[in-house]
Amino acid sequence: MNKLTTITAFTFLALSMQNANAAEHEVAQKNKSFTVKTLQINVGDVVSFPNQDPFFHNVFSLSAVKTFDLGSYKKGQTKKITFDKPGTIQVECAIHPKMQMTIEVK
Amino acid sequence: MNTFFKIFSKRLSLSVTICLLLTSPITYAEDDYTFKAGHSSLQKWLLPDVPPQPKNNPLTTEKISLGKKLFFDPRLSGDGNMSCATCHNPVFGWSDALPTAKGVKSKVLGRASPTVINSGFNEIQMWDGRKKSLEDQAMGPMEATVEMNMDTKKLFTWLNANEGYKKEFDKAFPGEKIDANTVKKAIASYERTIISNNSPFDKWVKGDKKAMTSQQINGFKLFVGKAKCAACHSEPNFTDSGFHNLGLKSWGNKNPDMGRYAQRPLGLMKGAFKTPTLRDIDRTAPYFHDGSATTLTEVVNHYSKGGEVKTNLSPSMEELNLSKKEIQAVVAFLHALSSPYVAVTLPELPR
Repeated sequence: MNKLTTITAFTFLALSMQNANAAEHEVAQKNKSFTVKTLQINVGDVVSFPNQDPFFHNVFSLSAVKTFDLGSYKKGQTKKITFDKPGTIQVECAIHPKMQMTIEVK
Repeated sequence: MNTFFKIFSKRLSLSVTICLLLTSPITYAEDDYTFKAGHSSLQKWLLPDVPPQPKNNPLTTEKISLGKKLFFDPRLSGDGNMSCATCHNPVFGWSDALPTAKGVKSKVLGRASPTVINSGFNEIQMWDGRKKSLEDQAMGPMEATVEMNMDTKKLFTWLNANEGYKKEFDKAFPGEKIDANTVKKAIASYERTIISNNSPFDKWVKGDKKAMTSQQINGFKLFVGKAKCAACHSEPNFTDSGFHNLGLKSWGNKNPDMGRYAQRPLGLMKGAFKTPTLRDIDRTAPYFHDGSATTLTEVVNHYSKGGEVKTNLSPSMEELNLSKKEIQAVVAFLHALSSPYVAVTLPELPR
């Protein structure tokens, strides 16, 4: 049991150190738009996308640098993603295509 | 080690909080309104008289006049028998009263003709959003071999040789060519004048207490509340310009229409189609992109059941279990969304 706890603790510590310099940014979805239109971040940073509208939103990107689909989720929920390569990423909501923003990863 | 457990405990607490948030019910806007004619909480539903225009195509009388002639001119089709108005006919709410459109030589097409009404307010065009603007859309039906099937090279040769059109284009676009760019700008300009924003609902919002019946007001309460219609049919044009899979029966077909997925290859978009406006809705039957509902009661029943085919259903769809009385109230409200009929005078076409 003690051995297991120690391994878990070291694993957790290692993961924490790995992201020690990573910043977390927030881009909310509110009034059918992203609250930030252009975001500049560093490689390894995390961006969270809370939904603050009383209906579902989706967050995705088909950009070559980072292709992802966070699915659809309702008000009060947040999903986040780490950007691990430099480049420009166009982020959209599939449900509401006018919702677009750009993330520049340095 | 104590520190580790403190952090772990904090993380666990955070996870629990997130889980609680995940399971909290979605709330809708019924409480945001005071259901009294003219109340300030209702004003966001009023639609302007003039839709936004691109910077390179501001509305002018001359462009609108030319666009109207082009819109009603069957000579813009390959067989000389179809105009824009064939499928977007003002007597049928600027649609065609068919389940799905009929194109060249009456070929039955896959999707219903969407209304032109208030399309100037759309943030994106077509059922699958493949066109960005009215200008972007305007040449599409002419070029489509299954629709108007027009050889556009012949079209522009003909327009450039037509003395009447040459004068009209010169007035609308002085010094510019008669080509796809000016044709689409003119048609888009005319389409931006096809507006419905003077319905009994609009009059009630503006303060006329008698404009809607108590049943219709109750229908509006349901519309923004229990029936959750306004989640997608949002203010002021009763559309979010968004894409949703409604779980229609046709979605269960062997090779169903994939809708928006063809434009945005994301699982969520399989079978998703653009939310249409509901203004003048009682003139544009049959309903849905496949024309599968004949009446508004059928439409509301569909939503009350939460859809028929529930694979890849929009997350906004759920069983509502509306009572018969509630369905009748929502339908009564939908009938309050039609503006007085505006008779259209057909233009004399240039020779």
